[in-house]
Amino acid sequence: MDMPTPNPTVLAKKPRLVQRLRQVLPADAVIDDLSETRAYECDALTAYRCPPLLAVLPSSTQQVSDVLRICHEEGVPVVPRGSGTSLAGGALPTADSVILGVARMNEVLETDYDNRIIRVQSGRTNLSVTGAVEAEDFFYAPDPSSQLACAIAGNIAMNSGGAHCLKYGVTTNNLLGVTMVLMDGTVVEIGGAHLDAGGLDLLGVICGSEGQLGVVTEATLRILRKPEGARPVLMAFDSNEVAGACVSDIIKAGVLPVAIEFMDRLCIEACEAFAKAGYPQCEALLIVEVEGSEAEIDDQLTRIIEIARRHNPLELRESQSAEESARIWLGRKSAFGAMGQINDYMCLDGTIPVSALPMVLRRIGELSREYGLKVGNVFHAGDGNMHPLILFNANMPGDLEKCEAFGADILKLCVDAGGCLTGEHGVGIEKRDLMLHQYAAEDLEAQMAVKDVFDPQWLLNPAKVFPLSVSESRRAVQVAAE
Amino acid sequence: MLRPESEAELAQIVAGLTAPVRIRGGGTRGVPGPDAELDVSGLSGITLYEPGALTLVAKAGTPVAEIETALAAEGQRLAFEPMDHRGVMATEGTPTIGGVVAGNISGPRRIQAGAARDFLLGVRYVDGMGQVISNGGRVMKNVTGYDLVKLMAGSWGTLGVLSEVSLKVLPKAETQATLMVSVPDAGTAVRALSAGLGSPYEVTGAAYDPALGQALVRIEGFEASVDYRAEALSRLFAPFGTVARLEDDPWPGIRDVTPFQGRVGDVWRISVKPGDAPELAERCKAEALLFDWGGGLIWALMPEGADLRGRLGEFAGHATLVRGDRTQRAMFQPEPAPLAALSRGLRQRFDPKGLFNPGLMG
Repeated sequence: MDMPTPNPTVLAKKPRLVQRLRQVLPADAVIDDLSETRAYECDALTAYRCPPLLAVLPSSTQQVSDVLRICHEEGVPVVPRGSGTSLAGGALPTADSVILGVARMNEVLETDYDNRIIRVQSGRTNLSVTGAVEAEDFFYAPDPSSQLACAIAGNIAMNSGGAHCLKYGVTTNNLLGVTMVLMDGTVVEIGGAHLDAGGLDLLGVICGSEGQLGVVTEATLRILRKPEGARPVLMAFDSNEVAGACVSDIIKAGVLPVAIEFMDRLCIEACEAFAKAGYPQCEALLIVEVEGSEAEIDDQLTRIIEIARRHNPLELRESQSAEESARIWLGRKSAFGAMGQINDYMCLDGTIPVSALPMVLRRIGELSREYGLKVGNVFHAGDGNMHPLILFNANMPGDLEKCEAFGADILKLCVDAGGCLTGEHGVGIEKRDLMLHQYAAEDLEAQMAVKDVFDPQWLLNPAKVFPLSVSESRRAVQVAAE
Repeated sequence: MLRPESEAELAQIVAGLTAPVRIRGGGTRGVPGPDAELDVSGLSGITLYEPGALTLVAKAGTPVAEIETALAAEGQRLAFEPMDHRGVMATEGTPTIGGVVAGNISGPRRIQAGAARDFLLGVRYVDGMGQVISNGGRVMKNVTGYDLVKLMAGSWGTLGVLSEVSLKVLPKAETQATLMVSVPDAGTAVRALSAGLGSPYEVTGAAYDPALGQALVRIEGFEASVDYRAEALSRLFAPFGTVARLEDDPWPGIRDVTPFQGRVGDVWRISVKPGDAPELAERCKAEALLFDWGGGLIWALMPEGADLRGRLGEFAGHATLVRGDRTQRAMFQPEPAPLAALSRGLRQRFDPKGLFNPGLMG
């Protein structure tokens, strides 16, 4: 994965930049020592690292505005960072960039149960948003696996999803408003506690723009009342195809579970060895969860189990207690950790139409044999969001490259099956160079036109999302502006 | 009149345009603009429908009714419940899915299920240079590149002419029930509706008709579950007023604002924080009001030419002039300067010659 050559003019500005930033931020909020900037050299895509020029940790919208204004005047690229949990390299710095971390901005500004909203600073973690309202039995719905650590800022940047978005939607469906700072320091308020935009839906395009349009400092989020209860059922099948057909039939039958999770044999075995969740040994496992009162849950599960029986399951295990529910989820939730025990892995995020599931799984199996690398599949089956985990050995020369080539083939397969490169992790640098497989040049041009409007000099997170060759002339503006 | 029959022909026509046009789907929503029309109704037909994947793709000029019929045959529906403007606008014609998307048109279920924009998975459109652009796709989760899908929803044609849209659909509920609470005023109504929407009972409609003094709450799902929740909600609403289960289905009427149909005056649509609604509605001094979305959407029937935005003053939200003289007054709430600059910048990039519905959105 290439990154642009650092701009020497910017590198030479470091002392001057530090001096200017210290005029607007507390001394400990400007980090310029290499031993400390190294903490920001990568996000969760750890294969790629580069310490930034410096890092700043503002604690207010005003400070963010001051930082951006100064960087704008100096022509210095800025890479926004939430908690650094991106699997796509969304927060990967370049040597000539300033990391702007929002971690110190983590306050709850307002909770309003009557209007079902919460307003938070964007550095607040996803899970702690729910934490702030759960005493009143409310929750914030999007639940990415990294929810303990990931920040709302990053959730908005990547339009994060989670296991329960089949029912509740992803970040964009639960975001009502933002306070955002543009690259020139202008502070804008978009949306609020009301629904829908009065003009163009700017909020809609900001969500998922990977920190390239502005830095979100505050967010108004929709909160929901918790359901009375939830209960999962575990289903074991002897082939991926049958499990896939069962998913499709459940959806067609008019029951909308809150989650349908899928694991294949390699993942099941890994989870079993790691978490001892008591999963049956089989080719494909589904976890289907429904919500409501006890009686409603019984009713829905009866319907779902009836459908599942038609597909000759090897086992159907309806949870009988909170403890059993927790154990059913335990394996799924520790899947990534379990795979990590076996080897290094790369986690993909392509989405496919649910109907293409059996074909895509079969083809991934063939590719796995061709590349000689094992792959486990665990994913949100209800919405076709796959997470193939390719196992490789980072210490073996050439293995990472082979793994990346395999990953690229899987993602192209997803696109060719009618899907897309990324369902919830974002493009970052990881899928950047594959964008032309999904989009024509003019499609990318239309997207880049949006960035031209918000950030004409392409200073915000410039080397992400778009293939470097495609964004080259725009990024050159930044150098020419010197 | 320009009436392409295919996306390629649409692109060719746009590339050759030298003067602004008004984009027309079914012509039912009364969009103001130049006399010259670009009629998209020739681009019609469902191109893909996979009930098992909850996905439907249709050309922009496809009649909404055709889509709803196809969905109903599989026990599914457009969950955002798009409004039919014909009654309140006194128009004729056939509403199209492109018009629904372009206007981000949603109904009562928006409060729970989401708006048209939330169900839009992908778009194809022709930009102001005559290029066909594709964004999003047909899968439910997609964060590949910028979400121009959301930007196109509610852009009223000012950024491009939609040629095809891809939608997430949902199962139709087995049954529904409506509870009616008799309430003395808007304040009580909004408090009651908030209690319902803040309950675990999945309210999918929350309206208030001040003319009847009725707060209305809808629940949907399997029969046993609906009964259970109707019981629970009846107990919850008891402190606010007398509760009864309504036999009729009032929701199509609320969706289409039927109480305003046939009445003279301007029709406004105001989006606010529900808790602000009673006081803001008071400021309107309207001839009639109808509240939806738990109070978050206020429909106001005003004397012709009344300056509603002036009466409201500063408020958090926005007011749209749905029916009235839009040559005198902007259809959409004027944006603060920095946002207006961004919106203008986007329009200039997507439609540099200013061909599509110029002036409509600022």
